[in-house]
Amino acid sequence: MKELSLHILDVAENGISAGADRLEITIEEDRAGNRLVIVIKDNGRGIPPDILAGITDPFYTTRTTRRVGLGLSLLESAARRCGGLMTIDSAPEKGTWVTATFAHDHIDRAPLGDMGATLISLIAGNPDVDFIYRHIAGDRDFSIDTGEIRKAFDNKPVTDPEVFRYLMDIIGNI
Amino acid sequence: MGKMTLDDLKRIKEKTADETSLRHGATVVKITVHMGTCGIAAGARDVMGALMDEMSQTERKDIRVVASGCMGMCSSEPNVTVEVESEKPIIYQHMDANRMRQVFRRHVLAGEVQTDFALARI
Repeated sequence: MKELSLHILDVAENGISAGADRLEITIEEDRAGNRLVIVIKDNGRGIPPDILAGITDPFYTTRTTRRVGLGLSLLESAARRCGGLMTIDSAPEKGTWVTATFAHDHIDRAPLGDMGATLISLIAGNPDVDFIYRHIAGDRDFSIDTGEIRKAFDNKPVTDPEVFRYLMDIIGNI
Repeated sequence: MGKMTLDDLKRIKEKTADETSLRHGATVVKITVHMGTCGIAAGARDVMGALMDEMSQTERKDIRVVASGCMGMCSSEPNVTVEVESEKPIIYQHMDANRMRQVFRRHVLAGEVQTDFALARI
């Protein structure tokens, strides 16, 4: 993928396919420590240990349309290529936690890219899911919680035009 | 949390309170943007972005947008499926932001299937 934000979109969609209704995405940029860390955590149905062991195999997939599942395999390659690694913690009923680390200054590290577009796609396509996004870069810390927004509106969907336009306004400035 | 304050939220809430009764109408059109790994790598996110931009400009309240997984036609991604009530679903292939806008305005809003990049009906 050309941007890390596309990997994030991809892995987040995995969590949603697993029945998650709450997804936490955290990006931490630590230039001093030369690390970029991406964490994607979902409250979906989780992955049994025997499947978890082979999950980064590109020929393992839960899809029935094809025999190839590239998302995690690509993310792991990207992290390894940049002096980092990807780990997955998961168990049935416990959700799934994917962490990918990259050397921040690595020449092969793709740019983070358009996180705003990624968030808009996630929110728009999955209106029943709460997204908690946090981006820490040095002393800057941005976060947005669509669950908080939803509760403030007595649980009306975030795709309500006025709410959505407001969201797009904030997210467009990420 | 960002720049939003509770006052902002309250203001929006009051404004939308009247409109909500209309929102619970039936869905007449469902647009599915396929967001599997293949779709995302091929540019589905930008297609979704263009679609949401078009959605924010229409007054229609009976259109639903959904992100789904891959449907197996990876080499023609990004794919978008448009299902209009009582019509057969149309799968659009090799989509980009411009084509998405065209499909939205001409098919979803005006009812003309854009046969140039549509797959045969399923």
